[in-house]
Amino acid sequence: MQGPKVKAKLGRDDWAQRSFMLVIGLYLIIALALPLYAMLSKAFTTYHFDLSQYEVQVSDENGAFGDTLTLSNHNMLATPSVVEDLSTNTNGRLGVTQFFPDFSFRSPVNYRFRGVTPDAVYLIGSERNKGPDWVELDSNTFRRIVLRPNSERGLANFKTYFSTPALFQSVQNSLLIAVIVTVITVSLAFWFAYALARSKMRYKGVFRMIAMMPILVPSLLPGIALLYLFSPRQGMLKALMFDHDINGPIGIVIGSVFFTFPHAMIIISTALSISDARLFEASESLKASRWRTFWTVTIPGARYGLFSAAFVVFNLVITDFGLPKVIGGNFNMLAVDIFKQVIGQQNFEMGAVVSMVLLVPALLAFGIDRRMQKKQVALLTARSVVFEPKPNKRMDWFFFAYSSLVAIFIAGIIAVCQFAALIKQWPYNLSLSLKNYDFSRMDGGGWGSYTNSLLLAIFTAIIGTVVVFLGAYMVEKTRGFEKGRALFQALAMLPMAIPGMVLGIAYIFFFNNPANPLNFIYGTMIILVVSTVTHFYTVSHLTAVTALKQMDTEFESVSQSLKQPFYKLFWRVTVPVSLPAILSISIYLFVNAMTTVSAVVFLYSTDTALASVAVLNMNDAGDIAPAAAMGMMIFYTNAGARILHALLSKGILARSNAWRQTG
Amino acid sequence: MKKFALASVLTLGVAAQAMAVELTVYTAVEAEDLTRYAEAFNEDHPDITINWVRDSTGVITAKLLAERDNPQADVIWGLAATSLLLMKGEDMLEAYAPAGVENLDPKFVDSSNPPAWTGMDAWVAAICYNTVEGEANNVPAPTSWQDLTNPVYAGHIIMPNPNSSGTGFLDVSSWLQIFGEDGGWEYMDGLHANISRYTHSGSAPCKLAAAGETTIGVSFAFRGAKSKAAGAPIEIIVPSEGVGWDMEATAIVAGTANLEAAQTLVDWTVTQKANELYNQGYAVVAYPGVAQAVEHFPEGLVDAMIDNDFEFAANNRGAILEEWASRYDGKSDPK
Repeated sequence: MQGPKVKAKLGRDDWAQRSFMLVIGLYLIIALALPLYAMLSKAFTTYHFDLSQYEVQVSDENGAFGDTLTLSNHNMLATPSVVEDLSTNTNGRLGVTQFFPDFSFRSPVNYRFRGVTPDAVYLIGSERNKGPDWVELDSNTFRRIVLRPNSERGLANFKTYFSTPALFQSVQNSLLIAVIVTVITVSLAFWFAYALARSKMRYKGVFRMIAMMPILVPSLLPGIALLYLFSPRQGMLKALMFDHDINGPIGIVIGSVFFTFPHAMIIISTALSISDARLFEASESLKASRWRTFWTVTIPGARYGLFSAAFVVFNLVITDFGLPKVIGGNFNMLAVDIFKQVIGQQNFEMGAVVSMVLLVPALLAFGIDRRMQKKQVALLTARSVVFEPKPNKRMDWFFFAYSSLVAIFIAGIIAVCQFAALIKQWPYNLSLSLKNYDFSRMDGGGWGSYTNSLLLAIFTAIIGTVVVFLGAYMVEKTRGFEKGRALFQALAMLPMAIPGMVLGIAYIFFFNNPANPLNFIYGTMIILVVSTVTHFYTVSHLTAVTALKQMDTEFESVSQSLKQPFYKLFWRVTVPVSLPAILSISIYLFVNAMTTVSAVVFLYSTDTALASVAVLNMNDAGDIAPAAAMGMMIFYTNAGARILHALLSKGILARSNAWRQTG
Repeated sequence: MKKFALASVLTLGVAAQAMAVELTVYTAVEAEDLTRYAEAFNEDHPDITINWVRDSTGVITAKLLAERDNPQADVIWGLAATSLLLMKGEDMLEAYAPAGVENLDPKFVDSSNPPAWTGMDAWVAAICYNTVEGEANNVPAPTSWQDLTNPVYAGHIIMPNPNSSGTGFLDVSSWLQIFGEDGGWEYMDGLHANISRYTHSGSAPCKLAAAGETTIGVSFAFRGAKSKAAGAPIEIIVPSEGVGWDMEATAIVAGTANLEAAQTLVDWTVTQKANELYNQGYAVVAYPGVAQAVEHFPEGLVDAMIDNDFEFAANNRGAILEEWASRYDGKSDPK
């Protein structure tokens, strides 16, 4: 079948775009789907004691041994059965003496014990034994025997989870906190972004910079500041708490609003920043009130950004573990449960179950996101005019006051951390000193960890931006191939739902497997870069998609009708127009690589210790002030990077976006 | 010239590297001690380089268990014995009797022959009491564990959550041994009524007491001594019933490619010289006669150490934690 030449050319384009998408899709599968599969298969690994696997002979007082009976015989002989529920976890141990009602460790009776199959494992004390060789023991040693469980596949872990109130309570807690924070943060961030995009208030640059501050520090840093401010006994402003304890839901909400604010603001700003002035002109000439214009033009235009922001904030809060760990008190959250299960009890299976529970809200959000997206219309068409706000004294002052309040909250928290870093011993010795910056004698790898973090951030920013933007472009602009695109989109959404902790452990199980050809990246900087790019994929992807969505597909149609290959359009139009978004993505990846803790805490090695992990470790070890100091080091670095980025984007935008002014 | 110099440095470097052995050593020892340990070891064995991987006890234990089938560590130097017992039960440790192990207090050596691990030092539970806060709130200094159930302490005590902290588990398992199984739980029921908060980390309660955030923190003596040395107004109290403890221990990881170097290191870790190093932070060390008094350590701490049954603690850990969570973790809402 021979088609016309034009079609063949388009076919080649499609093919190239699809293979690009496949490559990046493959990256996501290897860096995300497969490790998660390795992790989640843990959730279905169950353990139970198989009593029929063990045989016992009991002697009389003269040493003559009786019949051989399995432990399950013994269990059934007793009425009622001694042990009803034989399911357990990976660390389960079951003492055997309870099956022998007459047992006494003083009795002269001797025991013979063995496994029926070669795989039946038991411990004598801490000594591991297995297999069908009889072991003869006196009573006092026999009581030291404990059985080890067999592993199977099944749903028992989920049953345990949902029947344990202490664990199940966290679902409610996490949802509640996430919803509250989402509502507060998105409302605050919307008006802030609106003030920046649609008003003529002064000092926009300063406000924008302050609003970005929280993203420059690890999420647990506001926790440290809030403790200095509001802790029940020694807080500077403890009176404001009216006897409520900052440790708990209140602290988590305030801290979460702080650290999610810039995430929401970036997305909403992107949605508000490119808007078609003609719509506002039309609205004005139709004599619509400002209020009406707001509801009929602004909100519908920003709707998609608002939803994305809500989705991002919700998931950030529900998956964050640093903050609830520092300031959560006795208030259990899902991500902290994972920490408790995995780190506290080494129960990886239950950790995997909690992770799967965490996935549910994210998957729901994804479903809604898909439906919303179908309704999204391109706002920036080839004929669009960039919106330029007009001065309005009253509104501008109002927005200035509002933005100032938000800025004081954010800058105040950072200032408290800086203060904490410089104080010798709060609250008993308030003299200033720089000794908290001497990290060499602290946990976490000292100054070397800081250099490593810097390297990680640079690699992540460069590699991540290329991967994410290409991926977003291909998924947005490729025609047809619906299923592939939907799958890609799903993969790109997934990282937001995956707590870093889970990702980190998933990586251990997947990459530390000697059978894995990628085993060699384990313990290197590469795995840190891969995990960080993957961990922060979603927000970068959403930023890119939101920007790309606002570009009319007419660009593509025109380019195709001019028989231009897609990469020319991509390079000459898409990239320049999307430069603000691209720069946002790279700086976003940079600062998050500097601040991330949860995924990398399992993956760093001696040579790749990181500053952010050092903050966590020092805080855990009780060295709060040095932790604040290292947190501030991260802050200075990220602030420096932001300033560089701001200068860079200013220069580039002036050059490549000149068309907007003349259009 | 410059090029030549650079080349020769490179060659020298390569030559030196060919002879040196690098050991990956997992540890939970406090970071400030690690450099000292490595330096002292390298005085005797300059050809073995130690690459530390340091983290909290929980993280290192989880990491080792996760790496079970493809171990990355050669040696574990300074991890809780209860964690090592867990690994011993999984056949993850290479049994080895270090040269000179017979010099150690047998309490500090694994009972198997050859032993799977050897102890270094003991970290001991203790109560940190903030004298300034105690006076301000009219809360007297406790003298026993039982005192802490007195209603006068309601809301003034912070202790670590045993589900996330090794120190927390150490406390719980010691109470079960001191008061017996039923008495232990009854005691914790009473204590729970007075607890204002459970923390995730074992050092946090003492650190919070040092900062005046609570009057009483149930923590460990080493942490308390450190805070006291830093100038915090705290007393370290040894409860009269006795205190729980765990030891830091050393083991070779089964499957190491550098067995000989690993054995050299472990041989060194049981020497008198090594034990003198441990003594700088820990009042109780494995080598008899080495221990000198450590500054700010409370008197009578060593005598108060209970006869800890590590096997009991390791083999009943799962069941104890489950029971604890169902009793106290569900009721997390502060009232």
